[in-house]
Amino acid sequence: MHNPQLNAGGELQHLLTLEGMPAAIVERILDTAVPFVSIAERDVKKVPLLRGKTVFNLFFENSTRTRTTFEIAAKRLSADVINLNVGVSSTSKGETLLDTIDNLVAMNADMFVVRHAQSGAPHLIAQHLSARQREHVHVINAGDGRHAHPTQGLLDLFTIRHYKREFRNLTVAIVGDVLHSRVARSLIHGLTTMGAAEVRAIGPQTLLPTAVEKMGVRVYHDMKSGLAGCDVIVMLRLQTERMKGSLLPSAGEFFKHYGLTADKLASARPDAIVMHPGPMNRGVEIDSAVADGKHSVILPQVTFGIAVRMAVMSILGGG
Amino acid sequence: MTNAKPTDVRAKVPEGLPDAERALAALVEKMRGAVALDAKLIGIYSGGAWLAERLAAILPGNLPVGFIDVSFYRDDYGQKGLRTKVETTTLPFEVEGSRIVLVDDVLYTGRSVRAAINEIFDYGRPEKIELAVLVDRGGRELPIEATYVGARVSVARELSVVLNREADRFQLSVEPVTSEPRA
Repeated sequence: MHNPQLNAGGELQHLLTLEGMPAAIVERILDTAVPFVSIAERDVKKVPLLRGKTVFNLFFENSTRTRTTFEIAAKRLSADVINLNVGVSSTSKGETLLDTIDNLVAMNADMFVVRHAQSGAPHLIAQHLSARQREHVHVINAGDGRHAHPTQGLLDLFTIRHYKREFRNLTVAIVGDVLHSRVARSLIHGLTTMGAAEVRAIGPQTLLPTAVEKMGVRVYHDMKSGLAGCDVIVMLRLQTERMKGSLLPSAGEFFKHYGLTADKLASARPDAIVMHPGPMNRGVEIDSAVADGKHSVILPQVTFGIAVRMAVMSILGGG
Repeated sequence: MTNAKPTDVRAKVPEGLPDAERALAALVEKMRGAVALDAKLIGIYSGGAWLAERLAAILPGNLPVGFIDVSFYRDDYGQKGLRTKVETTTLPFEVEGSRIVLVDDVLYTGRSVRAAINEIFDYGRPEKIELAVLVDRGGRELPIEATYVGARVSVARELSVVLNREADRFQLSVEPVTSEPRA
């Protein structure tokens, strides 16, 4: 099947999903992110790669954090960055998504970073650009519906590789609201591609997608057995704003069974790392003592996220 | 990668390639006594990094060594994209106010040196930057000259001069130019 995020030469043209992404490209992004980490430690936190390029952050769904990290990444590459909270501008005046894109292309946009509540919106934009012969304009999916959040998946992979060196022997548990989580989906695809030994999903039946086992994931409904022997634990945010109906009795009940406490963490390997994509709900999916404890790599994830986004943008933006 | 016959390639190096170890000895002779005793060496990946390590071991003064990968500063990014293997620039000393000797294996167009100088200035304002190269092959496209040169050679445009390291000994060879950005 043709993958629209790769060009005819098999190079990255857009970043839409980690599903079906060749391992060599994932590896190249992770390798390229390494030297970008040290750029952030310099006095001048800037390199000239995207000088003169214009990056549009198109956020049809609110996310201050993700937008900020993309903005910082683009600015550290010397791009001009325009932030559009589209939800409150043109679309509310009736303009269609693709008309918005055409207008921004007419303003000489070079790259779109797209966040949309609708799964497939970035894909649609990429296809539209290609139909209009705008191959020099690139699209990065910054999260679409429940579908994918590939830069989050990549930064999770980068963090895991940073602390654990390689993926082959790792057991990784993803805990909580897998059903509503594009973060989980992207990470599962990434881990499978990179050859992780075992990927587990832990959560109540109501918060695990029915087909999750088809993605090569082992399902657990209790923390003790699910976390046993794990090298990496990824806690997901309980996405209360995405929940319709009663999938859960209460946040307190959820914490009792699936909230990560020091006691539950003791089932994992002694050198296990704890990750969270943020923003986290302390006392709902994670206990403060764990979030701030020695296993936690939650803040390094944020730092690495900027380097990974710089890597993606600089690979896409070159000639 | 090299599919041209070695004999074809050698014929395009009029006076032959110099012996790399002899070029290194000549370079050291020029630098000894001329390089400031508080100078800092910065080798450009990968050949220049190897050369900087060798120079630091031979030259007096225990000169500190840093390494620079100029990929983020290259002027052909817009045409050729980002290189696939980018190393981390590591300058384990203060650049501000210091005397720098930039070290590269082969000086050709001068574009790598331009990129390196730009990157160094993002770490601070050095008092002085000199340039030491093992081989100068001419063909400059920028007004850049080396302060210290080990050997000079004339090579056809379609060939690149490559430094090889084996058991810590240097050897020079020529290869057809690849699509990777030129030094």
